[in-house]
Amino acid sequence: MLEKMKELVANQLGVETDEVTENSSFQNDLGADSLDLFELVMALEEEYSVEIPSEDLEEMKTVGDVLIYLKEKGIE
Amino acid sequence: MITKIIGTGSYLPSKRVTNEDLSKIVDTNDEWIVSRTGIKERRVVEQESVIELATKAGRQAIEQAGISLEEIDLILVATMSSDFALPNVASSVQACLKAVNAIAIDMNTACSGFIFALSVADSYIRAGIYRTVLIIGAETLSRIVDWNDRGTCILFGDGAGAVIAKASSQGRFEQVLYTDGSSGNCLAMKKEEKNHSFITMNGQKVFRFAVKKVPEVIEELLQQTKTKKEQIKYFLLHQANKRIIHAVSEKLSVPIERFPMNLQWYGNTSAASIPILLDEMNRKNLLERGDSIILSGFGGGLTWGSILLQW
Repeated sequence: MLEKMKELVANQLGVETDEVTENSSFQNDLGADSLDLFELVMALEEEYSVEIPSEDLEEMKTVGDVLIYLKEKGIE
Repeated sequence: MITKIIGTGSYLPSKRVTNEDLSKIVDTNDEWIVSRTGIKERRVVEQESVIELATKAGRQAIEQAGISLEEIDLILVATMSSDFALPNVASSVQACLKAVNAIAIDMNTACSGFIFALSVADSYIRAGIYRTVLIIGAETLSRIVDWNDRGTCILFGDGAGAVIAKASSQGRFEQVLYTDGSSGNCLAMKKEEKNHSFITMNGQKVFRFAVKKVPEVIEELLQQTKTKKEQIKYFLLHQANKRIIHAVSEKLSVPIERFPMNLQWYGNTSAASIPILLDEMNRKNLLERGDSIILSGFGGGLTWGSILLQW
């Protein structure tokens, strides 16, 4: 899951997969702005067939936060 | 009979407002605006009305088409920023142009306005009711944006674009249009008590809506018309935001070079954006007779749709 997520995040944000860790902050470490995050969320929705409302985005600051969020939705 | 575009025109007010200018009014800066929208400057009217913008763009399209004013059967004006509700803009344009034989209708489907108006024109042409139609997208959005709201005032601009559509025995004109009124509140302009009303927008929702629906509707149109992406020379999208256009290009796996853009100079001109872009490309001789192109609009309502046509 983490590996796949790293790849997806790297691809969406235009960074190297090695740069992405569980603790990476989208905004501070990976240089993502709000629009990048919407696009990332949409890619996640497609990948995992899940719906992620924009409001929930605010809780997701790091790659790890997304993993926890998806886990709560039953995706591992 | 099928709709064929035989002339284009556009008009932009001369006053430029740069990102630097905006940074003096609201808390924003050039880097922020450019990285999130692609917009560098926009045009803003001083005294001119939306009628004047529409008439100037219309006149250019008529001249290029080489038709007489008497030939025009129908004038459709797509706008959401008329200075007043009555008379409608299209009737005033009819009077300014002296296109005495034309009936005149305003249409408001916000940023999808030109696409929906072109579709209505095609329906009249196909039914054999009218043969020559002037379709104009014209906006003075600077009069309805909240210049204190840094989330929206940076996005919009004023301008007008026009085309002459004529009944033709050959060509292609196919469309897929949608409306979802249940999501209407995310892009709205409602009167609050006694106050002047301004455009309000839930940027997140609108961005996600556009990035999802625009590729979907284009794919549907291609499928419906049994057309391959490679056969489409250009995809002319509503010029709302560079990031939306890039996302659509990626989703469709079509190189960004086939998505012409001018939003860096004009911002989002709503219903006017597609006909302005079309006119610029036409005047640069980027379109040849027989080329297939797709026009795609999306905006308030929510409304969205795509048209495939043969130039």
